[in-house]
Amino acid sequence: MSNKIEAKILSKSYGKVQAIKNINLSVNEGEIFGLIGPDGAGKTTLFRILTSLLLPDSGSATVAGLDVVKDYKQLRTAIGYMPGRFSLYQDLTVEENLEFFASVFGTSIRENYDLIAPIYAQIEPFKDRRAGALSGGMKQKLALSCALIHKPKVLFLDEPGTGVDPVSRKEFWDMLRNLRDQGLTILVSTPYMDEAELCDRVALMQNGEIMAVDTPQGITAGFQQPLFAARSDNMYQLIKDLRAFEGAADCYAFGEYAHLKLNTGVGAGQTVADIRKFLDSRNHRNVEVKSAKPTVEDCFIELMKN
Amino acid sequence: MAFVAKEFRHILRDRRTLLILFGMPVMQVLLFGFVLTNEIKNAAIAVLDPSKDTESIALTNKLISSGYFHLEQYLVSAEELEPAFRKGKIKMAIIFPDNFAVSLNEPSSLSRPAATIQLLGDASDPNTATTLINYSNAIIADYQREKFPILYPQSPQIKTETRMRYNPEQKSVFNFVPGVMTMILMLVSAMMTSVTIAKEKELGTMEVLLVSPLKPIQIILGKTAPYLALSFLNAAVVVVLGIFVFGMPMHGSLLFLAAECVLYMFVALSLGIFISTRAKDQMTAMFMSALGLLMPTMLLSGFLFPRESMPWLLQMIGTVIPATWFNTIIKGVMIKGVGPDVLWQQTLALGGMALFFLTLSMKNFKDRLE
Repeated sequence: MSNKIEAKILSKSYGKVQAIKNINLSVNEGEIFGLIGPDGAGKTTLFRILTSLLLPDSGSATVAGLDVVKDYKQLRTAIGYMPGRFSLYQDLTVEENLEFFASVFGTSIRENYDLIAPIYAQIEPFKDRRAGALSGGMKQKLALSCALIHKPKVLFLDEPGTGVDPVSRKEFWDMLRNLRDQGLTILVSTPYMDEAELCDRVALMQNGEIMAVDTPQGITAGFQQPLFAARSDNMYQLIKDLRAFEGAADCYAFGEYAHLKLNTGVGAGQTVADIRKFLDSRNHRNVEVKSAKPTVEDCFIELMKN
Repeated sequence: MAFVAKEFRHILRDRRTLLILFGMPVMQVLLFGFVLTNEIKNAAIAVLDPSKDTESIALTNKLISSGYFHLEQYLVSAEELEPAFRKGKIKMAIIFPDNFAVSLNEPSSLSRPAATIQLLGDASDPNTATTLINYSNAIIADYQREKFPILYPQSPQIKTETRMRYNPEQKSVFNFVPGVMTMILMLVSAMMTSVTIAKEKELGTMEVLLVSPLKPIQIILGKTAPYLALSFLNAAVVVVLGIFVFGMPMHGSLLFLAAECVLYMFVALSLGIFISTRAKDQMTAMFMSALGLLMPTMLLSGFLFPRESMPWLLQMIGTVIPATWFNTIIKGVMIKGVGPDVLWQQTLALGGMALFFLTLSMKNFKDRLE
């Protein structure tokens, strides 16, 4: 039995709102697959269908060869699930939480200690502390340990990065890669575009539909237009002005810079110097302009416009 | 102004707040308004009348036609009194003397005492008993006044003698110990269960439990078992306090009482589980149990107010409240000392409810999210 995830034309509505529409998805064994999209894109609904918590209105899906509707009882022993909010008992200690989830899955901490050791070892010094008193990053590690304690074949992580500091997030992704190398299939959802680059493959989701599936490199390679990053003292005016720049296709805020995307035809000849001259003529101060490499977020914004 | 508008939006969009704001007062006014009248209508009584003469029959008719009493049975001998009270069939008995008419129509003298009527009340429910006795006294006095408008010292008189059965001192503890027991067990078993299951939903841990290989029955058992034990402990504390601190009698079998407690707890637990299958968070669960379980238990089960005085509809609602049956059972066992032979009906009613709500809540407990 392979540890693949296959979904065919899955749809689900809540009343009149269609949460996901005709989703087709294929996740290979032993890869980290990211579902990238803003809140409300349908990520959590898709997760809940794949973890057998929700019944799809139409379509079918299998996880590790098990049908999410018919074989849901077997399926539940084969998967690990970490819901969006860290589902821990705040009033139990770290160790009590882990013990409880181990017993729920009919196993013990000792039995599968090896698998969780790299993660759990980091929070073990605090094992007598109540889960509610842990930092976001430690909660995340504990939740992951709890989801892994029964040696699942497929791991579902719904927005694991929310409420966690950047350093802990980086550590967390290192752990995920480590788990993948042990053969686990990992489906992870995130609204953070920078996390997308850390996945083996990603699906970009918007309004219940998957807009593109590829490696992060493949996604950014599809971005053909010239892209520049610019900033000045007056960012609001800068974005407004750049939208009027000759050949501009789009301009939007991107971190502390503004990204300017040019049309392939008219804008192809424009250079960094041209843009700087244009901004100087509009009385911008402390102008900085450079050529930019497209990121997944740039591609996402591009896709959203269409 | 904008702030007021915003606040109104909060309120209008939150159905729970709306219900508390409007549902609660309306329900309380209605319930208290209907229930708080201590007027009792159609109370079941028995009459033991060895005289059967014109006077005793006329007085009996006058009592019955007042609307306060309903003649449940004519007794033939004094031996029938005890069983009728024990079974809870009657709330009061009226006992005429031999030759009532004769003694009434002859002037009383030292050699011929006044015509004496005995009134026996079931004081295991002291409020009702007192009210019924007072009614009877008033009606009998009225009958006398009609018959002998002018009172001479030598004119015949009807004297009444009152006895309160089971609770001669009319201690309220006889009423509130069983009442508190129905309340506490409902509170701990139903409310706490519903809140604790709703808490798992609210915090999202239910999702993880559902994705685990645990069966729904295992989740429910795991969640409710501690509360079952706690409830039982609670019941024991109330009984012990009642007996040793407040002087509540314990005439029946302790074992039988314990078994009935467990049965009632099962009803309450299954109600709690049922509520938790409906409620999404702790607040809703708390609110549903308070309004749907605790208030009726307190107001309609006969704990605070006599059920006899309630309008027909509220009496009907009262009969489907587990506490109503449980209340009768506790009083029966502790005060009257009766056992399963008398209380089988109430026990059956509780058992039926337990089965019904347990099945209902199991059916409603989904092993998926909605």
